[in-house]
Order: sequence, then C-alpha cells, then structure tokens
Amino acid sequence: MDTVLEISGLTKRFGDFTAVDGVSFSINRGEVFGFLGSNGSGKTTTVRMLCGILTPTGGEGNVLGYDIYSQTENIRQAIGYMSQRFSLYEELTVVENMDFYAGTYSVSAREADARKKELIALVGLEGKEKQFAGTMSGGQKQRLALACALLHQPPLLFLDEPTAGVDPLSRRNFWKILHQLAAQGVTVFVTTHYMDEADQCHRLGFMHQGRLIGLGPPSKLKNDLGVDTMEDVFIAFAERGEEAVRER
Amino acid sequence: MNGRRLAAIVKKEFIQIKRDKASLGIIIMMPLLMMFLFGYAVTTNVDHISVAVLDQDKSAASRELIDNFRESTYFDFNYYVYSQKEISNLIDSGRVKGGFVIPANYSRDLKRSGSPQVQFVVDGSDPTVARTAMNTATILAQRQSMDIRVRHLEQRGVSLDSVPGIDFRPQVWFNPELDSIKFNIPGLIGLVLQNITVLLTAFALVRERERGTMEQLIVTPIKPRELIIGKLIPYVVIAFIDVIIVLSIGVYWFNVPVKGSMLSLMLQSLVFLLVALGLGILISTVARTQLQAMQMTVLLILPSVILSGFIFPREAMPLPIQLLGNLIPLTYFLEILRGVILKGVGLEYLWKDVVILFVIGTATLTVASLRFKKNLD
Ligand SMILES: Nc1ncnc2c1ncn2[C@@H]1O[C@H](COP(=O)(O)OP(=O)(O)O)[C@@H](O)[C@H]1O
Ligand SMILES: [Mg+2]
Repeated sequence: MDTVLEISGLTKRFGDFTAVDGVSFSINRGEVFGFLGSNGSGKTTTVRMLCGILTPTGGEGNVLGYDIYSQTENIRQAIGYMSQRFSLYEELTVVENMDFYAGTYSVSAREADARKKELIALVGLEGKEKQFAGTMSGGQKQRLALACALLHQPPLLFLDEPTAGVDPLSRRNFWKILHQLAAQGVTVFVTTHYMDEADQCHRLGFMHQGRLIGLGPPSKLKNDLGVDTMEDVFIAFAERGEEAVRER
Repeated sequence: MNGRRLAAIVKKEFIQIKRDKASLGIIIMMPLLMMFLFGYAVTTNVDHISVAVLDQDKSAASRELIDNFRESTYFDFNYYVYSQKEISNLIDSGRVKGGFVIPANYSRDLKRSGSPQVQFVVDGSDPTVARTAMNTATILAQRQSMDIRVRHLEQRGVSLDSVPGIDFRPQVWFNPELDSIKFNIPGLIGLVLQNITVLLTAFALVRERERGTMEQLIVTPIKPRELIIGKLIPYVVIAFIDVIIVLSIGVYWFNVPVKGSMLSLMLQSLVFLLVALGLGILISTVARTQLQAMQMTVLLILPSVILSGFIFPREAMPLPIQLLGNLIPLTYFLEILRGVILKGVGLEYLWKDVVILFVIGTATLTVASLRFKKNLD
C-alpha cells in the first residue's frame, strides 16, 4: 500500500503555548482517515501545517511526496481543502463559485465545464446552478464547498469539520459522497467530533491537548479498550489523555 | 504570474463589485457627493456681504456712494438704520457683517472741498469675510473719492491728462476671475481619487479575511502577487471611471476646462494610483475588519486634506508644516493636477512630481506586498 502522507514529531507552538506536540502518523491511498478530538485539541492546526498554510515549529512531514516546509506550493496545487468555516463567495452563484476555484487551480475552461457538470451531479445541486451561494441552506453550501475543492481532481482531500452545524440528513448524504470518492481512490482526511461519523472512517487518530493519544481502525480501538461504542472510546481516550497530562 | 489564475481573480472581483451595493455607492455616489459638497461649500470667494447703513445725510451724494457700493455686488445693503446702536445690534445678532456710517455733513463738506469722514465697521470674527470687506470697501471708497476729485477739477477747467499719475494694469493669469472653484476642482479630483482607491482596495482585501474566504484562498496555488494584482486591476479601471466622472463634472458643471493634455493627465494619474493602491493594501494588512479599514482611511485622509494644500495654501504654512506636507503624496498630485488643468503645462514642468510619486508608489506597493504574506503564521 502506498502512503500519501507521513508526518513524524510534528510540532507547532504559538509563543509559549504548544498547540500540536510531536504528532506522528501516516495515511494510505484511498483511506478515509478521521481526525478526532475535542475543541482546541490541535486538529485544525495540524491540518493547516499539512496544507502548507502554517509553518511547523518542529518535526518532519511530507504530503503526496512533497516536503511540508519547502514544497508548500506543490502541495497546494495537488490537494483539495475545505476550511473549518468553509466559506464561499455568497454574492456569487454556484457556477460562478466553481468557475473561480477552477481558475485558481488553472483548470482549463473546457476541462472545467465537464468537471462542473460531473461534480454538480455528485453533490446533488442540479438545477441550482444559477442560485446565489448566500441563499442556500447549510447542507447545500457545504456540498458546494466540497465540489469547489474537487474541481482540479485532487488525489488527497482535507476536510476540516465539514459537517459542523449541518442537519443529520445532510450529514449522511455528505458521508455517502465521501465514500464514493474514496471508492474512486481519493484519500480523505477529515476532522470531526461526531462519533457516528468516526464509525464510518477506515482509521482514526485521537488528539488530546496537542498530542496524538490513539490511532487505529474503529473496531480495533473498541476491542482494545473493551467498549462497544465510539462514544465510550472517546470518553476512555479523553480520560486517559487527562491522566497523561497530569503526569507531564 | 499565471494568466488563468489572474483572470479568475479579476473576474470574481468585478462580479463582487457589481453585486455589492456599498461598493457601488462608494464608486458612484462618493465622487458626486464630494464634488458638489466641496465645489459649493469650500469657496473662499466672498461677495454679497450683508451690511447696514446709517445715512445721516440723505442727499444725492450719499445715495451715489451707496449705489456704487451696491453695484459692485460685494455688498448687500439689507438694513437702513437710524442709529449707531442699531448697527451694533445687527452685527451682534449676526444679521450683518458690517455697517457704514455716512455723516450728516457729507454733501455739505464735499461742496466746500472738504473730506467728510465715512465710517465702516466690520465684524472680524470671520477673518476671510472681514478682510475682503475691508479691502473692497477701501478700494471702492478711494475710487469714489477719486471720481469726486476729477469732477471737481474738470469743473475748474483742469484736464485730468495734465495731472501726473500711474496707469497700473494688473493681469491675472490662468484664473483671471480669481474664482476659487477653479482652484478647488483639480484638488478635488485628487482627493476623490485617493479616497475611493484607498478605501475600496482596503475593503476588498479585508473582506476576504473577515468572511473567512482568505483561508480558502491561501490554500489555493494563487501567488500573493497574483492575488494583489488581480484585485487591483478592477480598482484601477474603476478609479479611471471616477476620474472621468469627476473631470466631466468639473468641465461641464463648474466650467473648469482642462488646459493641458488629457492623455498626459491620465498617465500621471496612473502614477498616483500606484501610491493609493499601495496604501490600500497596506491598510488591509493591518486592519482586521472593514470598520477598522474605514477608520484608518479617514485617519489618513484628514492630514492629507490639510497638509497637501487642498484647501489652505501651503505657502502660508509655517516651514515645519510645509515640510510635513512634503511627505503627503497628494501634495505632488495636486501640483500635477493644477498644473495640467489650470496652466496647461506638461511633463517638462511636472516631471519632478511624477518622479517623486513614482518612487513613493513603488515603495508603498513593495512594502505592502511584502507584508501581505500568504500564510497564517
Ligand atoms: N494562530 C494562533 N495563535 C495562537 N494560538 C492558536 C492559534 N491557532 C490556534 N491556536 C490555539 O491552538 C489550540 C488548538 O487549536 P485548533 O488547532 O484550532 O484546535 P481544534 O481544531 O482541534 O479545535 C487552541 O487552544 C487554539 O486557541
Ligand atoms: Mg478546528
């Protein structure tokens, strides 16, 4: 299996505060990797370092074979990214938003036309092409943002809390799309704190106060801890994390 | 530089401007509003000064004096009063700016070849009005006095040609009517251009940060200079549309024609735009919200209005203040605008200002681009 992403000892400090503390893991092609942890545990900071928009304080890492310190331009061209507060241009229509992102990734106009149709169908926004992004529901905006991140056919997709504040039905639809993408060979790196979503990932990483305190497939994590649900896994890890912090 | 990416930004920016009511308001209403406000309010021309007159003589001679003053259009005789007290009351209440007192012996003294005293009191609380009133009244009175003497001499058979004197012929160039609007319009063009460009550019970049679209932009392969240039192109176009609006109002409404070359004016404006755009970006790298950007722009505009010589002549300022004005880019642009529009001169006289603006512009744009880093560190 080929790895698409590998980090070791990745660290980010903001002044005295360590937001990400020596995190190491790798991800394989076609995986749906869930990145879990409570608010402020360092998920977004890790994702930003992987996408080349934050310079790490320490550690190593490469994404799709590109170094996260020196080859950030290559990483940006290659990956797809949906930020935590996924933000579209509200006064632009669905198609205008897509056109803009196609342009920023230098997707040729002809290719973009084909991709737009394909993606609008994938995310179920047919008939809404001319609607302003600002007038759409949370779920629709989220799927449009996903479509915008996929225009240049990235092999690796970073989604930072893509389903925050979206209704349960939209969340389920969204995850269906993610699995379709994974089946096509797209690697998906997704942060979340919904446990039902964690269950749908191939592999999980648990963050607590900047440290990675658990890593593995959902079933294995449940077995190891001797619990039945993801909720319990989360609680067990959170408690274990607190102990580790006290010992520090 | 990647053409496809640049085009995407320019197109997006134009769509956003087109659909944003606030931006459209600034682009269209601000030049109109500023032109008419400043065009009419900031005038140093003083005429139709309201005055009272106490005519104690009530003779043909005293009426002639009053008529001459009235016909000059500098004075409006709104009150004919019967006592000194009334004049001071009118001045106190602000209904008149001054008052004339013609003594009862006016015509009698004139007949006896005397020099009757005519008194003129002025409210000095507005120095510009007071100065104009004093100077004009003095000149008008001297002329009246001269006429009376000439008439007197001619009655005695003395011809004016046999008396020596100076034939003084002052000539005013460029603005013969000494109309302050002529002086203000070119300055206004500079001010409008500066305000709109600085404000809109700052807004355009701050808005991305405020709405969170900046983070999404940062992960795209767009380079900082592509983002900056792509965002600036639409505002250069808009700034030129505004220059045309403002110039047209100046030419067709306020009758201030452009004496020099239009092309040269446009090219020199482009150099000033460099500065304004750079300032806009610089503000956007400091301001976190559109409100902050607005406040910083106002903070920037205020000193430039005063120090650049837009309203107050720089020659009249104390040296340290004049030197401070040298740091304001608008100062140089005003030289250019007044030079081209009023005097019709070209680069042969203005090249120094152009060079200085170019240097300031390149410097601000460079600093602004360096500050505008494409990451979140
Ligand atoms: N630019 C920054 N400067 C200082 N502290 C930051 C910055 N970004 C994030 N942090 C801090 O780092 C910690 C981790 O944040 P984040 O990675 O956003 O967590 P998560 O995404 O897991 O909620 C938080 O305590 C946050 O306040
Ligand atoms: Mg986060």
